[in-house]
Amino acid sequence: MKAARSWWKTATGLVLTGVMLFPVYWMINVSFTREQDMRKSPPSWFPLDGTLDGYRSVLDRQLPYLGVSVIVGLGTVALTLLVGTPAGYALAKLRPRGGGVLSFLLLIAQMIPGIIMAMGFYAVFLNVGVLNTIPGLIVADSTLAVPFAVLIFTTFMSGIPEELLQAARVDGAGALRTFWSVVVPVSRNSIITVSLFAFLWAWSDFVFAGTLDQGGSLQPITLGIYHYIGNNNQQWNAIMATAVIASIPATVLLVIAQRYVAAGVTAGAVKN
Amino acid sequence: MHAAASAAARGARAGRWAAWAFLAPVVVYLLVFYAYPLYRNVDLSLRDYTVRSFVQGDAPFIGLANYAKVVGDMTFGPALWHTVVFTLVSLGFQFAIGLALAVFFYRNFRLSATLRALFLVPWLLPLIVSASTWSWMLNSDSGVVNAALGVFGVGPVHWLTSPDWSLWSVTLANIWIGIPFNLVVLYSGLQSIDPVVYEAAALDGATGWQRFWKVTFPLLRPVSAITLLLGLVYTLKVFDIIWIMTKGGPSDSSTTFATWSYRLGFGNLLPAFGPGAAVGNLLIVAALASGLIYIRVQRRLALP
Repeated sequence: MKAARSWWKTATGLVLTGVMLFPVYWMINVSFTREQDMRKSPPSWFPLDGTLDGYRSVLDRQLPYLGVSVIVGLGTVALTLLVGTPAGYALAKLRPRGGGVLSFLLLIAQMIPGIIMAMGFYAVFLNVGVLNTIPGLIVADSTLAVPFAVLIFTTFMSGIPEELLQAARVDGAGALRTFWSVVVPVSRNSIITVSLFAFLWAWSDFVFAGTLDQGGSLQPITLGIYHYIGNNNQQWNAIMATAVIASIPATVLLVIAQRYVAAGVTAGAVKN
Repeated sequence: MHAAASAAARGARAGRWAAWAFLAPVVVYLLVFYAYPLYRNVDLSLRDYTVRSFVQGDAPFIGLANYAKVVGDMTFGPALWHTVVFTLVSLGFQFAIGLALAVFFYRNFRLSATLRALFLVPWLLPLIVSASTWSWMLNSDSGVVNAALGVFGVGPVHWLTSPDWSLWSVTLANIWIGIPFNLVVLYSGLQSIDPVVYEAAALDGATGWQRFWKVTFPLLRPVSAITLLLGLVYTLKVFDIIWIMTKGGPSDSSTTFATWSYRLGFGNLLPAFGPGAAVGNLLIVAALASGLIYIRVQRRLALP
């Protein structure tokens, strides 16, 4: 009886997941569809006469975009960790006066719409001369991740046992030494979580790329797809093939780091 | 004992300096990369910018004239209405579906962990990927949605190109993207409910339906409030999906404050930075207002 009920739930779960992920399936299906079948009615539900044309044109035209996205993503991770880890340590363990206000400001910072930041950055970047450059884009993308990073690090580092830090102090380690040799290694999990999200957000960013890098010669993959869509001669298998490839980081993240992802989603909302 | 105490005090004082040394990067970062761009944004909204004066920085100060212009604009009313509809409808459906799924997944069954993880996919995909996929699915002539409707004899709906449908289409895509977040947060909320409560309810002979409305739902209220308020803040910000799918059109029928602000600032050949920044700042006020409510609620709930 119980086993039967469990199977029934599994079946329902499979159907629900199928409905939810249908758009993802459709993206993959279209990426393999031949150009002449694209406007067929009814559409082919399976890529039986599949083609790799879409992927071929990705290789031909989108590799530079992908390269830029990887560099921007890694740069964003580096900058986010550089700013976020010491701040998390200070707020969690050194608890300075005014730390509460800072945490509050970070929480507020998370709520500012990206499009408004983009407009401000545009004005600043124009004057400084970093419009349409990769460093400029890294800085802008890092604003998506830094407040999140500090909040996560503060939460996780609060859980580091006081005895561990005391032991380091007894051994004569200063604050910097304690941070580098004890806090950072112990916080590996939260560093992974933050790095994954920072990379993913930078990789996915469209707002900053579309405003601050629209005239650049080195553009990320999100703009690569956008130019494709804007093209009059819409090659949808190529667009969807690019979309599939642009989804790889998200998929990898989900497969290898599932528990970190769930932790990241809930950390900001529930804990604190 | 006394010596130890004074050593601790000295340590604390040194610690305070060390603390601010560790915080220095983030403070500098916030000032340079948050405060300054935001200040420039406010400055933009208070001056009469042209492309030339934008570069040279000598635009005349015009006070609140940009705001007056924006509020008096023909687009203001519709944009406000679309922002409200888009936000409330998205929130309502995301929350209801997310909660139903969280309750469904709460009882572990075979494959439940895997399926729950798969539900995260829409949330993790780059928005341009989701938005372009939905665009093609909702295409009037060759989209799979219209093909499926055609089987039931429903004529082709112009999802993205008809003013009657465009707002609903982008809302649909946005709901799809937001469900995973609601599911995950509400699921973790469900897990934090003590199972003893359910046992007590079962002993009292509560049915499944009663258990949900009388036990689960009230106990989940704090997490629900936080989920909804965070959702509100996120949804007000949504720009990518709408811009990629419809560019706010046709004829402003899916324009929200976020897309309007972008169009004023970047979408035309002749950028109107001042009014664009003014719309953006109105959006900030709305986001911050809901943000402050969120923080208040969270603080109150965090108290024991």
